[in-house]
Amino acid sequence: MTDPIISLRAVTKVYGSGPTAFQALKGVDLDIAAGDFVAVMGPSGSGKSTTMNILGCLDVPSAGTFLFRRHHVETLDRDQRALLRRKYLGFVFQGFNLLSRTSALENVELPLLYRGDDRKRRREAGMAALDKVGLADWWDHTPAELSGGQQQRVAIARAIVTRPDVLLADEPTGNLDSERSIEIMELLTDLNRESGITVLMVTHEPEMAAFAHTVVHFKDGLVERVDTNHRMGQEVS
Amino acid sequence: MFGTTFILALRSIRRHLLRSFLTTLGIVIGVAAVVAMVTLGKATTSAVQQQIAALGTNVLQIRPGQGFGRGGGGPRPPDFKPEDVTAIEQQVAGVTAVAPQASTAATAIYEGANWSTTIQGTTNAVFTVQPWPLAQGRTWTVPEEQAGKAVCIIGNTVRQNLFRGGDAVGRRMRIGDISCDVIGVLTARGQAGFGGDQDDTVVMPIKAVQRRFTGSRDIRLMLVGVDQAYSTTAVQASISDLLRERRNITGTKQDDFNIFDTKQISDTLTGTTTLLTRIVAAVAAISLVVGGIGIMNIMLVSVTERTREIGIRLAIGAVANEVLMQFLVEAVVLSMLGGLIGLVLAQLVIAGATPLMQVPWTFDPTINMVAFAIAAAIGVVFGYFPARRAAGLNPIDALRHE
Repeated sequence: MTDPIISLRAVTKVYGSGPTAFQALKGVDLDIAAGDFVAVMGPSGSGKSTTMNILGCLDVPSAGTFLFRRHHVETLDRDQRALLRRKYLGFVFQGFNLLSRTSALENVELPLLYRGDDRKRRREAGMAALDKVGLADWWDHTPAELSGGQQQRVAIARAIVTRPDVLLADEPTGNLDSERSIEIMELLTDLNRESGITVLMVTHEPEMAAFAHTVVHFKDGLVERVDTNHRMGQEVS
Repeated sequence: MFGTTFILALRSIRRHLLRSFLTTLGIVIGVAAVVAMVTLGKATTSAVQQQIAALGTNVLQIRPGQGFGRGGGGPRPPDFKPEDVTAIEQQVAGVTAVAPQASTAATAIYEGANWSTTIQGTTNAVFTVQPWPLAQGRTWTVPEEQAGKAVCIIGNTVRQNLFRGGDAVGRRMRIGDISCDVIGVLTARGQAGFGGDQDDTVVMPIKAVQRRFTGSRDIRLMLVGVDQAYSTTAVQASISDLLRERRNITGTKQDDFNIFDTKQISDTLTGTTTLLTRIVAAVAAISLVVGGIGIMNIMLVSVTERTREIGIRLAIGAVANEVLMQFLVEAVVLSMLGGLIGLVLAQLVIAGATPLMQVPWTFDPTINMVAFAIAAAIGVVFGYFPARRAAGLNPIDALRHE
């Protein structure tokens, strides 16, 4: 971990103010190396979701520093963080969060639209991303016409279409059966290995966390411990 | 950036076609109502003006009796005599010409075809007082007029029915018990606003009509041309004084004749139709505003319903302005589409209503552009508030929204 892509130092997060204030993070220090596959675990209320929101540049810490690619994210405003997300981050959600009544390809193209790519480039990159998740033949299907596993793969295609540095996945297998879950995890593993995308994944299932190289355990607003998964670790290194 | 938001807005409209259509319905109806009402109102006004212009501007119409109707009891007021015509012509300043009229109904016959029409006896002065040019042929000469020769100038309807649209000038037709030479055809004027077909007429020298049809020297109507330099009101007053004297009406006794100023009628009717047009247009404009509120309502619902979608867009890197623009453009595109459909609908309404209302079809580019611009402006005004609400959403909360 000589050159971490993500670096949190003494990050705290307080919701509300006065006597009702709730301290979700109590001083988190965390370094994540580029190309790592990280699983974030912990009981609800442990601060893992808050941390993921901060790492996803959706939220800012109340105090402490968050270095992402040498940007001090805690000093950036809303729109600057949006531009950072647009350029370097990809999101996969538990509930897939695809636009309904919109074809798989149009869903995947959406981030490129915001980047101002022209029609031809959007189509090419969109089809390439769908191909990568094995759904090139399903490009004109709407989410309603796809199974849950297929929807999540479209969502992953949307997240990687911009060739992001970091893929943030919030319980990506939470709504899927175990067979589909393993398919999705294998896909994430491939992306991590072949495209070198840093993957940050929240999960509460140890079976899924086993696919990761590093497992970060949260408890009571602090990082409890960081494990290295040797089985995967050997394969990566 | 505008290209992107435009694509996004169009996609969103396409995804919700029915909702989009219902959203714009208010604007469609509002624009159609405003454009149709104003256009039809203007058409009515111009039709009224045209009909009055056909009577001649600066023309006074003098009839025996009070008003258009016959007064209740009492003896019928006497008709005018040729001496009255001469007196007005010679004694009232500002009078260019006086055309007497005596009319009667008769049947015209030509080669087996017959047609019931109205014969109007008058003098050559009628062609200077009224703008009613000949399409073919000539008017009668002074000797013909003085001799009361049986020469006829026929209206277009008579020509159509009696001569089957063919050449009429130079033919000899029967009318009533006499035969007369057709010397001219009047230009077609179309339906009159006050009932009847203005082209269904045969015009002859008044002496011919009096001698062969009415059998008296009575004149039922005088058309008085007034010099542009004179006020019709002043001329009207002079004529009134003269006629009272000639008809022995003294002191406070009421006139037994009436003088109509066509210009005055024209102004009154034009003013009335213009006012009515404005009132109806104002009512229609209210429906346009209601349509705008409809757009705002649906856009607000849409923002709530699409909170999660907005969250996704923000998460994948849309900046606040792009979300604002998307919803704003969506509202503007919707209202402009509504405006366009409204304009088309208005043309259909106008095309359907003009024959029923017997007014000419017109296209008024100004009101079309104004209504369209108002529709677009309504999209901006009523789309801004929902759009700003969408742009201000917190992505984390928006993503969690169920």
